[in-house]
Amino acid sequence: MNEMPKFEQATEMTESKISAKKVQVYYGDTHAIKDVDIEIQPRSVTAFIGPSGCGKSTFLRTLNRMNDTIDICRVQGSIKIDGEDIYDPKVDPVQLRAKVGMVFQKPNPFPKSIYDNVAYGPRIHGLARNKAQLDDIVSSSLQKAGLWDEVKDRLSEPGTGMSGGQQQRLCIARAIAVSPEVILMDEPCSALDPIATAKIEELIDELRANYTIVIVTHSMQQAARVSQRTAFFHLGVLVEEGSTDNIFTNPEDKRTQDYITGRFG
Amino acid sequence: MTEHTVSAYDEELTEMAGKVAEMGGLAERAFADAVSALVSQDLELARSTISQDARLDDLHQEVEEKLIEMIVRRQPMGQDLREITAATRIANDLERVGDLAKNVAKRVIAIDSDLKSKKLEIGVEHMTELALSQLKRVLDAYTRKDAEEAKRVQEADAEIDAIYTSLFRELLTYMMEDPRVITQCVHLLFCAKNIERIGDHATNIAENVFYMVTGDRLPEDRVKMDETTSVS
Repeated sequence: MNEMPKFEQATEMTESKISAKKVQVYYGDTHAIKDVDIEIQPRSVTAFIGPSGCGKSTFLRTLNRMNDTIDICRVQGSIKIDGEDIYDPKVDPVQLRAKVGMVFQKPNPFPKSIYDNVAYGPRIHGLARNKAQLDDIVSSSLQKAGLWDEVKDRLSEPGTGMSGGQQQRLCIARAIAVSPEVILMDEPCSALDPIATAKIEELIDELRANYTIVIVTHSMQQAARVSQRTAFFHLGVLVEEGSTDNIFTNPEDKRTQDYITGRFG
Repeated sequence: MTEHTVSAYDEELTEMAGKVAEMGGLAERAFADAVSALVSQDLELARSTISQDARLDDLHQEVEEKLIEMIVRRQPMGQDLREITAATRIANDLERVGDLAKNVAKRVIAIDSDLKSKKLEIGVEHMTELALSQLKRVLDAYTRKDAEEAKRVQEADAEIDAIYTSLFRELLTYMMEDPRVITQCVHLLFCAKNIERIGDHATNIAENVFYMVTGDRLPEDRVKMDETTSVS
């Protein structure tokens, strides 16, 4: 390793958007994440797969400090985004979560109008100086989320009145509205039908041109469809991480092989 | 390997491999019969070889349907995906081996006279033995999932090519010496070519077995000994 030319080290360091080293997560006495090292590439989709309870969601939530909200949860190790330690005491978790947005399993729009759902983030972060700017942010976010044509004539209607798939895209628009760099998705399609799922997957594929996306999914087919890199977690350990094509055709670790072929989990 | 959580999946994979192996048995037999009909001018054996090919074709279709069904129902991944892709390709190769054997059998009927040269007969038999042993070995390697054996089969193909080249030259000489044997010699030449191609199919199967087991490709840069394309 010492003999590696300097410039390669430099490119490797600038290449990763997120760099996690020796990450441990404890829930009380339970050691939920053990020694996870991973480099996540910018402008690409990384999928986390693994059986229930393997720690994939827990690890995802360390990336924007969502675990801070759980009292008994402790995180150790280093997680850097663009080289900055996100667990540094100087980091404001609220600012961090604007930079690292999140979309959850069940669509959770605010009980407000479609417009206000998207405008909420920009308002509290003071991203718009006037109504016209806010309108722009709302319309461009809805466009990026592939929802604009469906909702442009009913922006004042409640977000909760839309279909599940539309609600999920509204949540993605809401995440995009605060100009994040990373979007975390925790099983974003598990409550959706195949067509709504396909629309979200199409959207993920478009979004990766501008955002770094990390998605947790129980569907291996979904991981295979949307991601460029796949990481397999088992019992709190990151077993294997590699190009999605390799993971699904020729994984190195027997545990990965057994999981993706349906032999356990 | 550990069993699938869904046990029917294991049964399907085993059944599929069994059917491919059965195709292998049929293809081997058709090939051996066709050449022995050629050497002994046994028209009866040639005819039965021709009619037997339909069974291989039926089995091929059955295997293909089974494979497509497995892709639809199981969405195979990893090792399973490689086994299913390999089986698809191997079944295609075996179906082609059957066709080539059938073609040899048809030519036996067209030639309908004894081989003019003992040397030629020995050449054809030797080449057949080699190709047949290649086919047997590679089918065993498939059943046993033996990547090393598959690699050895691929390497052994050069010898078949070399014999084919020498048969090619010999037949050319006969034709130049006596134009009356041209028809027979051309048929023989096609038979030899068919046998050589059966060897190539055995090599293809070897490459697929290697991929199925290891997930890697066999290096392609083996020595090519078929020099007939440059004979002038």
